[in-house]
Amino acid sequence: MIGRRKDLSAGILFIVIGALFVYGALGQELGTPIRMGPGFFPLILAGVLILLGALLFLQGLRQPSAEPMVVPWWGLVLILLAPTVFGLTVQGLGLLPAVALVVLISAFASSRMSAWLALLLTIGLTVFCILVFSVGLGLPIRLLGPWLSL
Amino acid sequence: MDLLANLGLGFATALTPVNIAYCFVGTLLGTLIGVLPGIGPTATIAMLLPITLSLSPVTALIMLAGIYYGAQYGGSTTAILVNLPGESSSAVTAIDGYQMARQGRAGTALATAALGSFFAGTVATLVVAIFAPPLTAIALQFGPAEYFALMMLGLITAVALAHGSILKALAMVTLGLLLGLVGTDIYTGAPRFTLGYPELADGLNFVAVAVGVFGIAEILRNLENEHEREVVAQEVRGLLPSGEDLRRMVAPILRGTALGSILGVLPGGGHILASFASYTIEKRISKTPERFGHGAIEGVAAPESANNAAAQTSFIPMLTLGIPSNPVMALMIGAMIIQGITPGPNVVTDEPALFWGIIVSMWVGNLLLVILNLPLIGLWVRLLKVPYYVLFPAILAFSAIGIYSINSNTFDLFAVAVFGLLGYVLLKFECEPAPLLLGFVLGPMLEEHLRRAMIISRGDATVFFTRPLSAALLAIAVLVLIVVLLPNVARKREQVFQEEDA
Repeated sequence: MIGRRKDLSAGILFIVIGALFVYGALGQELGTPIRMGPGFFPLILAGVLILLGALLFLQGLRQPSAEPMVVPWWGLVLILLAPTVFGLTVQGLGLLPAVALVVLISAFASSRMSAWLALLLTIGLTVFCILVFSVGLGLPIRLLGPWLSL
Repeated sequence: MDLLANLGLGFATALTPVNIAYCFVGTLLGTLIGVLPGIGPTATIAMLLPITLSLSPVTALIMLAGIYYGAQYGGSTTAILVNLPGESSSAVTAIDGYQMARQGRAGTALATAALGSFFAGTVATLVVAIFAPPLTAIALQFGPAEYFALMMLGLITAVALAHGSILKALAMVTLGLLLGLVGTDIYTGAPRFTLGYPELADGLNFVAVAVGVFGIAEILRNLENEHEREVVAQEVRGLLPSGEDLRRMVAPILRGTALGSILGVLPGGGHILASFASYTIEKRISKTPERFGHGAIEGVAAPESANNAAAQTSFIPMLTLGIPSNPVMALMIGAMIIQGITPGPNVVTDEPALFWGIIVSMWVGNLLLVILNLPLIGLWVRLLKVPYYVLFPAILAFSAIGIYSINSNTFDLFAVAVFGLLGYVLLKFECEPAPLLLGFVLGPMLEEHLRRAMIISRGDATVFFTRPLSAALLAIAVLVLIVVLLPNVARKREQVFQEEDA
């Protein structure tokens, strides 16, 4: 029931990540077993990760191929974009516009969202967040940032 | 009696108006997110962690603990009324609970779940109070070798109890350990794996990783197929169980509580295993097993008691050893560290009010839940109708503000996006995120104790096998690993998790 591609791909992913960590660890001082350097333990772990990845890969080879995956591409892009945009704008534009952007962007990730509902949701949630975090909890984040104060 | 004096201190701490208020807020929030499918206690606690910084340590931990066991309660409400487990541990409750609801006995099922949970919570609180101090005394004898061995045991058990493939769980733990090592090396001050970003000098932000791999990945998974939720019971009547019902539920509640208390201490999703195991036992020893799956009250009483008992006793390793048994406990440890408390056996002597306050607050919280849950069921039912496309933008907005407020560091938000993507990809490959998060928390501790042990033993690696306690712990870890890899057990284990997922 576990598809071939899933084990194969997971194996490859772990091998690649492991290799990156091996590369990083080799740039560090390894030290001796008595006084381990910063690279010693990561190198062992990365080696283990590559080994496990290889085992998964081999296991995947022996399994029948899998059904195609469902990926909500549109939602994926928007959901990952939302926190990124918040990070890019919260210091420049301030908390209020940043929150509004997060809600507005993520709202459209659902296939069931309509423009009006998204707008209502944005206004409602932004007001709610400002009330809870700024007014209620007193978070010291500027509501409107320097980009907006001309 | 020491125990009485300690519990007295606990009550004095837990019953201050502020702490009662936050315990209430925590359990209410916990019930809320437990009721709502698609958002779990791990993501919620991760998001609220920064907000609790303004509270005193004990109040913060009482509230966070409330969210955790409150979610176990709320999850059962959804399971019974909608046949959709709000939490993974209430998946079993859905089998018979939903059938009871369809027969018009939703009220009885909900009351059974509440009573069973309350009884289990009371017993488990006592278990924690009785067993935590002696364990702490043992833990104080631990040297670096023992700590290393204990953490290895914890990680291996977490792997054994994770869903799906053992190989994948092992790889996830290893990846978590590696990610935990990102940042400045404590011995030499050398920056490791920081890719040149000064923001990574203190390591990856724990909350950002947790929200990414649990919160964001979960939202993406829910977006794959959006469907309407159907609420069976519009009006819940007849909350009081009949005498016949009461007679039937006593024994299952007792057995569920005992089983859950034991399994909860095990690392890695103890409460999920507990609810499933207790259901299986009830079905096996029942004289009328054919009633199970068609609305047997025992099938609600036992797993609900078991998962609540396990949720409480999973605090034991966290409170006594400073070692998390599941991702939620890892977050609690994160909360302690942020508050300036070093988790571990010293907590009980250095911060007795905190230690006993948390324990007693669990019982207070359970009492609040019974009072809260039964009359408010109508409200929870209505909440279930909130569509998911309204929920997740709210979740994202809260997470974004919460994460930014920890360090006012925009880098952490980019980390959320990166780990959200990684978590989702791994989820698609059927790799569970829980072992990764445990590894992430334990990574730095594991390395530190390994290096310290090796320095003390002058590079002699046999130290882990010559010290009896360390050798015993490692032997158990190896044994656990061998047992789950045995073909026979591996097949059984697959069946267990398949039924659980059903």
